[in-house]
Amino acid sequence: MNDPQLQATVLIVVIPLMISYAIPLLGWRWRESGYYVAQSAIGASLVCALILLHGVLTQGTIHYHLGGWFPPWGIEYVIDPLNGFIAVVVCATGFLVTLFSKESVEKELPDKKTRFYTIYLLLFTGLMGIVVTGDLFNLFVFLEIASLAAYALIAIGKDDAPLASFNYIIMGTIGAIFYLLGVGYLYIITGSLNIADLSKLLPPLYESKVVLIAMAFFAIGLAIKIGLFPLHGWLPDAYTYAPSPVSSFIAPLMTKVGCYVMIRIIFTVFKPYFSIESIPVTEILSWIAAAGMIMGSIFAIAQSDFKKMLSFSIVAQTGYIVLGIGLANRTALTGSLLHILNEALTIGVLFSVAGAIVYKLGTSNIYQFGNLHKKMPFTMAAFLVGAFSMVGTPPTCGFFSKLYLILGAIEAKQWVFVAVILVSTLLNVIYFFKVVEIVYFKPRELATEKEKEILKVVYANGGSYKENTRELDLLGRNEAPLSMLIPIFIMAAGIVLAGIFYFDIITGVIQHAIPSGI
Amino acid sequence: MVEYVMGFYNYWICVVLLMIGFYAMISKKNLIKKLIGLHIFQTAVMLFFISTSVKRGATVPVAFHRQGELLQAIEVQQFMNPLPHVLILTAIVVMISTTGVALAVLLLIYRRYKSLEENEILRSIR
Repeated sequence: MNDPQLQATVLIVVIPLMISYAIPLLGWRWRESGYYVAQSAIGASLVCALILLHGVLTQGTIHYHLGGWFPPWGIEYVIDPLNGFIAVVVCATGFLVTLFSKESVEKELPDKKTRFYTIYLLLFTGLMGIVVTGDLFNLFVFLEIASLAAYALIAIGKDDAPLASFNYIIMGTIGAIFYLLGVGYLYIITGSLNIADLSKLLPPLYESKVVLIAMAFFAIGLAIKIGLFPLHGWLPDAYTYAPSPVSSFIAPLMTKVGCYVMIRIIFTVFKPYFSIESIPVTEILSWIAAAGMIMGSIFAIAQSDFKKMLSFSIVAQTGYIVLGIGLANRTALTGSLLHILNEALTIGVLFSVAGAIVYKLGTSNIYQFGNLHKKMPFTMAAFLVGAFSMVGTPPTCGFFSKLYLILGAIEAKQWVFVAVILVSTLLNVIYFFKVVEIVYFKPRELATEKEKEILKVVYANGGSYKENTRELDLLGRNEAPLSMLIPIFIMAAGIVLAGIFYFDIITGVIQHAIPSGI
Repeated sequence: MVEYVMGFYNYWICVVLLMIGFYAMISKKNLIKKLIGLHIFQTAVMLFFISTSVKRGATVPVAFHRQGELLQAIEVQQFMNPLPHVLILTAIVVMISTTGVALAVLLLIYRRYKSLEENEILRSIR
């Protein structure tokens, strides 16, 4: 039991869980401690995740039996390349976004810091638990821990946040209960809750209607949880009205972890041949996802609020991931997993940029962004990288994940989906370049009094406006604080690096992560 | 047909409760009523799980031990399945927390809009 990998398997959940309860105690004595404690807990989880990914790639699947109870009876944590990869993605993004959150929390929730970080860490615990557990019911419990924390964090936002949170509670609970019903059906017919055990017990029972209904409940419950297109009603409002440190944490991670659970259920609990052939669940999912990709992008074009636009774009991007799951061949699933990495970083960057803009401008209305590149040049540069990745321009990771999805669609001979991916990309271009146009190309207005005064002096001395633009630019500069810029830049660099080294990521990790039988 | 319905009456009641809860959640305009619907919906699933553990003529699953040895051989048919009960204990905790969070959020909503009727709230937003 002294093996560091075995310890890391359970510590990745236990550290944030225990420390989340220590935060209120420490915060009682030291008011500022919440952020540092939460940050170090997530950092510890990141270290665990890296140890696990390394261990699983070199030595194969890791099993940890909680309390020494053996698998079919006890709860088991299992790390295979798939969830090792997801754990690293979630931990790394979570770590960077938490780094970003410090100033933002300071400004938006000054008197709630301690409580905020307590729930924040519980949310992280839930996400980590979902990723590492090998037990279906345990997964439900962690799903609810994460969701409950998310409801609470969203509700502390401004404007219509409580109403959005309540809608999320109703929809999220329906999703969770559907999932639980699915677990119940599988338990009735097999008497087991362990994922590895179920995948052995289920194949002889594939003819049974109980198994079919369980699959239907799983698919719908998870589709609600990840906000797949027709069931996405709760998502945009919840992510828009949440405080920016919350939305930049929840938006990149919640739906991605949900997609992971979907892959787990469809391809590990049930054998791929069942999901693909016995009932056309993958085919239905692909069509729904295709509809989501188009509709999400169209809704995003119509928005005037930056955060809401990004939220609808998440609906579209979830469609890409689910399309890769639905096409159910190696290439498409590679694209899907690469897209999960790409999405976590890209959405992280874009929501953090939105947070930085709200921090400085106090609004996220796109039409107030005129000339923002003069005020916040570095933030907007990171935004450009994020936008390019979202659209899928070559050096960024977004290009390669979409490329693999298109190749997967061609391999499956589903020409409709190739067209859908391309059209959806064009729609992405429309809504991102709308923002780019306003930020970079809108004619300059001299907003502040100080600028006007300086210009008066310049004119009085016979100078012209053009000669002095640089000085004025520097004067008008109002960049976000460094503690926000650094994580945004690391994530932006991550997008480009993941694009450059995409082949190494695929051959090194993702290739092993694809469930067997596809 | 009657036997078919009566033989599984607990499952039928579970289905009816699920539908009542679902109906309340999607069609009621009062947010508290929605929450009550949510509660009924969750309770129905608990009834479903508990139903699966029941066997006719079975008793409480307690096996008698003496110094680490079983006193009698365990006949599976004599005992109810304890696992669904354990699962539901956990699910009850989840349900209570959901209700707690939802009530706290409703309190926030009431303070902000002075109403819990969906129509009135939507009117005041516009």
